[in-house]
Amino acid sequence: MTSLRDEVDSLFNLAFGHLVGAKPENGQGLQLLEGWFPAVDVYEDKDNLLVTAELPGLKKEDIQISLDNGNLTLSGERKQEEKRQDADVYRSERWVGRFHRSVSLPCRVEAEKIKATYSEGVLTVTLPKAEDAKPKQIPITVK
Amino acid sequence: MNTMTQKEERPARPQPVEPKRAFALPNVNVIETKDGYILEAEMPGVAKEGMEVSVEENLLTITGRRQPEPSGNLVHRESNPVDYRRVFELDPAIDSGKINAQIEQGILTLNLPKAEKVKPRRITVN
Repeated sequence: MTSLRDEVDSLFNLAFGHLVGAKPENGQGLQLLEGWFPAVDVYEDKDNLLVTAELPGLKKEDIQISLDNGNLTLSGERKQEEKRQDADVYRSERWVGRFHRSVSLPCRVEAEKIKATYSEGVLTVTLPKAEDAKPKQIPITVK
Repeated sequence: MNTMTQKEERPARPQPVEPKRAFALPNVNVIETKDGYILEAEMPGVAKEGMEVSVEENLLTITGRRQPEPSGNLVHRESNPVDYRRVFELDPAIDSGKINAQIEQGILTLNLPKAEKVKPRRITVN
């Protein structure tokens, strides 16, 4: 049975893996298809990296941010709301469940100075660049 | 079933229109209770000032305009940088004068109460 399941998993990954970042070799297969994948944008200026994620309708306690080895990871969960009694559901398009996104940062940052804000359903993480990652002007001396 | 089915944008009419713009369809949840409907739409990046809810005849239109983007060079984008719009056909049972709307952390919640006369009621037999 295991081999059949593996085979199904790998077919799923083949078909949908690119959509969800599933890697066939990590053996999680179908589990990775659960949850949702908020859109993430990355901006850069001279001093900072800015990572934004669209996470409408969460509480700040439901969002975790971590930095590990140059990867910024955003994760958390949108909890299923309590079912309303005697309600008929006409449309249910909003995602519920866990989300997990990792962003490989393009340069080194100062981990202690990272700041995050959450407003209008958008999480914004500001990551100051490490001194040695900032662009430098090289002065020219004329002799 | 003449309930809140989604309707395509109406065909263009000969009237001065703003330049044609693309809109993103927000994801919505719609439920019906005995008192009315509750519609929740996901519009991350839209503040209260950017929100517009209108009812014309039996059509409910929700439009959300995004906040300006942060400055800096965009290195990677997954979000769709357009405003949101979606049109719904209203159940005639809805009392459109009593619709109320609120937005919190990118979720627009509309309460669409049914008119008193269409609510189910129990008649006591004497």
